[in-house]
Amino acid sequence: MNSDAKKTLKKLLIAVPLMFAFGFALVPLYDVFCEVTGINGKVFQSDYEDELLTDDGRPLAVQFISTNNENMPWVFEPSEKVMKISTGEYYTATFYVKNTTNKKMVAQAVPSVAPSNAAAHLKKLECFCFEQQELMPGEEALLPVKLLVSNELPKNIKNIIMSYTIFDITDYNDEPMAGHEMNMEH
Amino acid sequence: MSAVIENHHDDHHHGPAKGLTRWLYTTNHKDIGTLYLWFSFAMFLIGGAMAMVIRAELFQPGMQIVEPEFYNQMITLHGLIMIFGGVMPAFVGLANWLVPMMIGAPDMALPRMNNLSFWILPFAFFILLSSLFMEGGAPNFGWTFYAPLSTTYAPPSVTFFIFSVHIMGASSIMGAINVVVTIMNMRAPGVGLMKMPLFVWSWLITAYLLIAVMPVLAGAVTMMLMDIHFGTSFFNAAGGGDPVLFQHIFWFFGHPEVYIMILPAFGIVSHIIETFSRKQLFGYSSMVWAMLSIAILSFVVWAHHMFTVGLPLAAELFFMWATMLIAVPTGVKVFNWIATMFRGSITFETPMLFACAFVVLFTMGGFSGLMLAITPADFQYHDTYFVVAHFHYVLVPGAIFSIMAAVYYWIPKWCGNMYDERLGKLHFWLSFIGVNVTFFPQHFIGLAGMPRRYPDYALQFADWNMVSTVGAFLFGVSQILFLFIVVKTVMGGKKATDQVWEGARGLEWTVASPAPYHTFTTPPKID
Repeated sequence: MNSDAKKTLKKLLIAVPLMFAFGFALVPLYDVFCEVTGINGKVFQSDYEDELLTDDGRPLAVQFISTNNENMPWVFEPSEKVMKISTGEYYTATFYVKNTTNKKMVAQAVPSVAPSNAAAHLKKLECFCFEQQELMPGEEALLPVKLLVSNELPKNIKNIIMSYTIFDITDYNDEPMAGHEMNMEH
Repeated sequence: MSAVIENHHDDHHHGPAKGLTRWLYTTNHKDIGTLYLWFSFAMFLIGGAMAMVIRAELFQPGMQIVEPEFYNQMITLHGLIMIFGGVMPAFVGLANWLVPMMIGAPDMALPRMNNLSFWILPFAFFILLSSLFMEGGAPNFGWTFYAPLSTTYAPPSVTFFIFSVHIMGASSIMGAINVVVTIMNMRAPGVGLMKMPLFVWSWLITAYLLIAVMPVLAGAVTMMLMDIHFGTSFFNAAGGGDPVLFQHIFWFFGHPEVYIMILPAFGIVSHIIETFSRKQLFGYSSMVWAMLSIAILSFVVWAHHMFTVGLPLAAELFFMWATMLIAVPTGVKVFNWIATMFRGSITFETPMLFACAFVVLFTMGGFSGLMLAITPADFQYHDTYFVVAHFHYVLVPGAIFSIMAAVYYWIPKWCGNMYDERLGKLHFWLSFIGVNVTFFPQHFIGLAGMPRRYPDYALQFADWNMVSTVGAFLFGVSQILFLFIVVKTVMGGKKATDQVWEGARGLEWTVASPAPYHTFTTPPKID
């Protein structure tokens, strides 16, 4: 084999592990990409802002959906399935949870908003999904989410769906969920 | 390109070794090409037999022949075997046989690695097929092995599946490296990059695609392995992972993979059409640029497989337009083939029949692909038989017809005998009718809403499914005829001339038929 061929071979042999590593690099890259472009419809904690408040808001329906991840035995449901609100005002909705097992468990809810272009206009002052929930055997609780929908919401959106999936993270409790830890700092 | 060989006195160098060890130890590109081609043919028959099980089950509604669990194993193995065992090794076999002869090189650049890359393949498929006899059965999650179906809910044999994919990937990567090093460094003097035969160009691009994406596939199955056995949570939502991430990584490999299975076909068909039209290929450089653009675009369209996972609107629009953009270079190629035939003095020998069918049917598969690219329409078509019809149209009368065309076209050069033209034409027409009867009705039942990957279906789909099954068995049986024709040609037949085809151009037609064990030990002189 001549030296030129050796050079080509070397380059290709370097490319293979690099592409293998790139496959793994995609894992954090997707998160970074979505964060930078803000296209993943995630809602982060926001501060109280006076200028978001208006008296002439328009009516809007917010639906709440709760889902239990596989093998998650807790009772988890919204106190009201639909809340009639108007834009530019703060509201508090609650979710009822109960640990139906006989052992101490830790849970984490992961939120999702539809339609996704409503996400940027949904402001959460407070949400149980920003924290972990630890419940004793048989313990129950009402979990609050304090929210405001900005008046800037596109006019064609008449209702918003807020969906929460609750996960059993008792076994993962030592280190909070990798992906969400990063997001919750914001 | 025209070339003159001064003489053939280097032919009596030395012949092949005798017996089984010839094939085990061989580093000769022609031997390894032959091994690849026979291996892929065996896999084609095994994967085809699985397709017959699938179609037999779907002959009538209701559960007929196999258990649903076994049906799922059949669709999974059929896909994996046809892609990684059938189409890809067949193209590597053709590259081994043809690339050195087409560029005037004595052999592949890395002959020992060539031997290794072939001989690990049978082990990969032995492992994959042996999973059929394991507790819990073979992999049953579809060839796309979406997590968490392939991690949390997979049968125990998934670990063997992962290992076999690793081996297939290693084999493909070694094969691709070999092709690139050969083409970049071993061209005879005078064979410039823009003078290379299109099959060589198509394989150069394919090899780069393989080197870029096979390691990503290896990464994806490695992540699965870690999720299953080492407690990581790449794809497990409860552990902070993301199942959709799996689809992103998989299709980042998967879409270029689609072009890996079609670019060499473009090269083959270009040669055959120009030979039997007795004209120079129309638009050589635009063919090269078209293939390059298709290859580059293939990296930015992966999410069109995932329109329904909940992508943001901006992403859906981007992937829709990027996907449709691919129709432009593909259209350039189709028009070039037609322009090559225009006013040519065409004859329709078997390779040309397959090549013409390729152009027509592959284009139809391309059009149904365009329909699927329309995001809002895709929400209706997603995971229906329309998708099945689409990708079988581009893979069976696309990739596989091109491989058959290549075998008929070059087999006289490989073994020195002409195939039986009458039987070849019979094989073509049976395959052509079979393939259309099988897959065309699947467009209808798909548009009507029949989902893919189920062993049973609603009554309104019964008629077209029955037609489809009849076509599938016709197509399946005609491949036994293909095997017979190939064996008959290898055993004997009318002697082929060196030129073989009146309109054939290129260096491989300047050597004797059958091609001597060693060719171009001294580089040919090219005018």
